[in-house]
Amino acid sequence: MQKSLYIDANKCTGCLQCEMACSYENYGIFNTAKSRIKIFDFEHEGRKVPYTCTQCAEAWCLNACPVEAISIDAATGAKVINESTCVGCKVCTIACPFGTVNYVADTGKVQKCDLCGGDPACATACPTGAITFVDSDWTGFDKMRAWAGKTDNAARASA
Amino acid sequence: MAWTKKILRVDLTKGTCKSEPLNMEWAQQYLGQRGLATKYFVEEVDPKVDPLSPANKMIMATGPLTGTPASTGGRYSVITKGPLTGAIACSNSGGYFGAELKFAGWDMVVFEGKSAKPVYLSIEDDKVELRDAAHLWGKTTWQTEEIIKKSHQDPQTRVCSIGRAGENGVLFSCIVNDLHRAAGRSGVGAVMGSKNLKAVAVRGTSGTATIKDPKAFMAATVAAKKVLADNAVTGQGLPKYGTQVLMNVINEMGALPTRNAKEVQFEGARNISGEAMHEKRPTDGKANLVTNNACFGCTIACGRISQVDKNHWSVVNNPKYWGASGGLEYEAAWALGAAAGVDDLDALTVANMMCNEDGMDPITFGATIGAAMELYTLGALTKEQIGIEAPFNSAQAVVEMTRMTAEGRGFGKELGLGSKRLTAKYGHPDLSMSVKGQEFPAYDPRGIQGMGLTYATSNRGACHLRSYTVASEVLGIPVKTDPLVTDGKAGLVIAFQDATAVFDSAGICIFTSFAWSLADVQPQLAAACEGDWSMEKLALVGERIWNMERQFNNAAGFTAKDDDLPKRMKTEAAKTGPAKGLVSGIDKMLPEYYKARGWTTGGVPEKETLARLGL
Repeated sequence: MQKSLYIDANKCTGCLQCEMACSYENYGIFNTAKSRIKIFDFEHEGRKVPYTCTQCAEAWCLNACPVEAISIDAATGAKVINESTCVGCKVCTIACPFGTVNYVADTGKVQKCDLCGGDPACATACPTGAITFVDSDWTGFDKMRAWAGKTDNAARASA
Repeated sequence: MAWTKKILRVDLTKGTCKSEPLNMEWAQQYLGQRGLATKYFVEEVDPKVDPLSPANKMIMATGPLTGTPASTGGRYSVITKGPLTGAIACSNSGGYFGAELKFAGWDMVVFEGKSAKPVYLSIEDDKVELRDAAHLWGKTTWQTEEIIKKSHQDPQTRVCSIGRAGENGVLFSCIVNDLHRAAGRSGVGAVMGSKNLKAVAVRGTSGTATIKDPKAFMAATVAAKKVLADNAVTGQGLPKYGTQVLMNVINEMGALPTRNAKEVQFEGARNISGEAMHEKRPTDGKANLVTNNACFGCTIACGRISQVDKNHWSVVNNPKYWGASGGLEYEAAWALGAAAGVDDLDALTVANMMCNEDGMDPITFGATIGAAMELYTLGALTKEQIGIEAPFNSAQAVVEMTRMTAEGRGFGKELGLGSKRLTAKYGHPDLSMSVKGQEFPAYDPRGIQGMGLTYATSNRGACHLRSYTVASEVLGIPVKTDPLVTDGKAGLVIAFQDATAVFDSAGICIFTSFAWSLADVQPQLAAACEGDWSMEKLALVGERIWNMERQFNNAAGFTAKDDDLPKRMKTEAAKTGPAKGLVSGIDKMLPEYYKARGWTTGGVPEKETLARLGL
């Protein structure tokens, strides 16, 4: 089964545990500035929204890369940057419609979410279930179940 | 070694910023944040210093767990001599500012002297400079944060600042970060204002890379987070209701100081409770509470984000209060509400937003409004003097007094001095519900006896957060004690005081202590920090910090007679509720406390005590 990150922004409290987990997993350091997942705070609406790469099936970044530095991890479906091939041209950062590939000045390469090889640290670290790693074909399952629970059976019961 | 081992010293008089190595010998004795910064402070500052003079210093300090995945590991503290009290001030804040300071590579920032003109400090990792703040002076904390982020062209910059209250020398002004988190008490904002320092903007991209044993640390933090998640208070009560979970509980106990503590139960408590914040308003069909909110690294998320009815009289022509913003915590709801007899939830929410906007401590401020209302009721203050009618129960008076104090207008200047100075000026000094000049918060010492001793002996003036015996006396954490008796409270208060000093020095939030004991914190510290961090050592560190603060206060001129409660607490018995007929037993508890502390009957640490603690 292929799995995807599934984000339920309503559950996000803005604690940034995901950002620390991401930087620790990828760079061995607690540093939100190096995180590939970001929490956006729409403070006047009281909303916090985690955002990262959704691993498009037809990935713009992958198609745009002139040196084929982005490939598909067969096991996870993640679009992965090969740092030794990447030349830092940043074309992928322009191609990505969602802004989730970003240049890292320190390394001269780009970075993006690679699903941590199939066990995303952000989802493990999230204390509220705002970020989960679920069956790609059924990312809507919990939402369906929640709405199903609100479906009114009263008419049938009384019939 | 979770310390960055670097401190930043900013001389505002000379306009210089320089890096110094952290004194690691002291770090081993005082841990970080509250303890370590206080050590620096007492070594460098004359206890007799005028708090608002250039000779006073102000330290912003992180702890070793700040900027790590330890739950709630995002705290920072401001240490200085407080202008409200004349005692050591130590105000702790969450939000994101503390972690960002750590990520920029600094354990603490020491501010000294006074700038000739308004400035703000800009920190981008190692790049540190004082910048002109003429365009920021006169602005609120909300405006200041917005302007700085815009001019830095960096929305990820974190800002702490003072509002107009701090500029105007309001003696309970605070330092606000991330719009609605605050280093709140004792007037640390006025110290910042007295130095012509408007704000600190920080962007840290270096991160925390100095954990001693990362693997063990991750294991320890994961285990400790589970303890928080599984606990009824930190896992359920606080996320759902915030600290406001207490409003109805404390009211039913007969320990909710009402109308300047004339009463101990408030008939309107239900209307301003955490439960009420969840209920839909009849006017617009929406609830006051929009969502809960976490500070950096916090897996509890007790923060409140609220939104008031746009048609509420307090905001009808004022769109800046229409959006979601920091909502009422228990202490603020009590102070602006019960202490004044007001139960208009939206009005209190707006008054609280104004406190955030211009940087005022709602505890001292609300208690000062309560005192002013009592003076008004007695005829010691008139409508002409205040500018408005100010009877108890008037929501309009609370909102208007908040506005005039925030803006420094008219009678607001007198309210800005706090209740001790206000009640003394108008001939009724006994009506200030304060200790060492600082107002006590939302737990009546007649109904929760341990809190009386907590207030009397708190090193920063009356405060619930130095030894929150409510945990034991109300919630049964770690063991249930009877709130109506004085027996055993000296020992209880001491245990809480010393443990709290460790939590406050570690970089974590004291609210974790509803679920965590020192035994849950110890493995996290031991994995993060070099050196021996055994339970025995932590207990000693906590006691050492407490005695160090006490010595500073004693040298500043405080004596045993300052460890006392307002007369009302000792002579006017609770009129209703479980504590009916009781006054505070402070006179019985205090000598027991001194003895158990190893202090003289005059409240001075004995030689043997100091020797044992290495002081």
